[in-house]
Amino acid sequence: MNKQASASRYACPRPGMRWLPVWQRNFLVWRKLAIPSVLGNLADPLIYMLGLGYGLGGLLPQVSGVSYVSFLAAGTVVASTMNAATFEALYSAFSRMHMQKTWDAILNTPLSLDHVMTGELVWAASKSMLSGLAILGIIALLGLTHSLLALWVIPVIFLTGITFSALGLIVCALAPSYDFFMYYFTLFITPTMLVSGVFFPTDQLPSVVHGIANWLPLSHAVQLARPLVFGEMPQNAIAHVAVLLGVATVAFYIATVLTRRRLLK
Amino acid sequence: MLHHTLMTIANTADALSVTGLRKSYDGNEVLAGIDFSVPPGTCFGLLGPNGAGKTTTLRCCLGLTAPDAGTISLGGHAVPADAGVARERVGVVPQFDNLDPDFTVSENLMVYGRYFAIKDDEIRARIPGLLDFAGLKGKEKARIQTLSGGMKRRLTLARALVNDPDIVFLDEPTTGLDPQARHLIWDRLKHLTAHGKTLILTTHFMDEAERLCDRLIILDHGHRVTEGHPRELIAEHIEPQVVEVFGEDVASWARSRNSLGERLEIAGETAFFYCRDAAPLLAALAGEASLRYLHRAASLEDVFIKLTGRELRD
Repeated sequence: MNKQASASRYACPRPGMRWLPVWQRNFLVWRKLAIPSVLGNLADPLIYMLGLGYGLGGLLPQVSGVSYVSFLAAGTVVASTMNAATFEALYSAFSRMHMQKTWDAILNTPLSLDHVMTGELVWAASKSMLSGLAILGIIALLGLTHSLLALWVIPVIFLTGITFSALGLIVCALAPSYDFFMYYFTLFITPTMLVSGVFFPTDQLPSVVHGIANWLPLSHAVQLARPLVFGEMPQNAIAHVAVLLGVATVAFYIATVLTRRRLLK
Repeated sequence: MLHHTLMTIANTADALSVTGLRKSYDGNEVLAGIDFSVPPGTCFGLLGPNGAGKTTTLRCCLGLTAPDAGTISLGGHAVPADAGVARERVGVVPQFDNLDPDFTVSENLMVYGRYFAIKDDEIRARIPGLLDFAGLKGKEKARIQTLSGGMKRRLTLARALVNDPDIVFLDEPTTGLDPQARHLIWDRLKHLTAHGKTLILTTHFMDEAERLCDRLIILDHGHRVTEGHPRELIAEHIEPQVVEVFGEDVASWARSRNSLGERLEIAGETAFFYCRDAAPLLAALAGEASLRYLHRAASLEDVFIKLTGRELRD
């Protein structure tokens, strides 16, 4: 590769606003297939949350000063956002990139790969927001939150969605086939779920695991979302936001470079 | 100096001009310095066996692959630097259909038009004309899965025209189509050049190239082998008449009658005699009951085979 080509491969993404039609395209498909998609994104985390929350919660005393179902619900908001964003950025984006060649079709228009990547990032985050918002709505309906501070969970959901969409797009760029995604789920997403304080407080964990959990973006999202649901200002809020923003930015840059390497050979 | 200035003027007037295009992958030279230019309103063919460098050339021209060396000007814009701007005035029919399977026919056109920042009302106004042109009238609400291969291809052509482009790239537009569908596509492409559009076409069908192209180049192993108008190339490279002789023992029969043609090629159970005057050969064949033969005019396929060889490519 010559100098000019390598410079353009590693250049910062320049999204502009032309990514919007890419987002719009995905939205139009989603509108057609909304019912099964809502079932998967909403019913699944809800069943877990209520089943474990009330079933397991009945056996438990209070956790961190609240009922177990409240504790779990606050974690489920961001955990379901993570899952929805990851699914979209892995399976759905991969279908569009690799199977349907939708991205190839778009790249023949004035849009660049940066526009496609930005459209996919914002789309996956938007779709994951629906999951998070739905869980937040259920929390309000069940009377598990009483504070207007809980509205600040909405930007936290969006930031969580952006972060895990960006991470997912890296995996998408590297995947030879759908089977590859199992590694990411088994080796990263599932452990992340378990050690980031969604199901139980992280101080329950051995200190090594606790230390690792501090590096995982989901634990920062949990530490922002849970106090807000209970009407408290999170401690170190700026640091948590900075970690999520930092991971999102670096991950999106890596995902863009890797996808350029894959598609713009 | 004057010559150089004139060259520059000529280049900027071309719809597409490519000079010294080079590209290697892992030390393998795929394009070894390609030059060509396409005047506006003409159909230009890019021919060559598999692996000759056609797809890489197209990708470079569209700004999807950065060349190692060389300059490209597409619609007056430098590529890849201003490829996005250049593609505003370009349409592409890719080799493999990538229509959106989740959308209807008209939704496909609507969504694609938005990528060119065309307003929804404007796209909606263009859709009937595009479908009419592609012979898909009344199919607005049809799902993509219900379309035949030929219909999908025509919809892809309609989609490539949604921005009313000046230049249309067509990568093997009729591969996999039945003869009826191919003839319809040819007719539509002639219509486009008649209305001033520039076409850049790759194909493996030599009759297609002969019929459509005002000018073409043949690439092989990343080099330009020849360039010209199809008729000129045939006249330049091939004797005007060809007699193909088929039969079990044709090889020994043909070799002993080598002198009846200017050139003889044997491939399997077929002997190709390339002749200026086929009469003596035809007379000799009249007495051979066990041999069948075909007497025809030389074609672009003969040129292609002569210049790129008969060996199979992968």
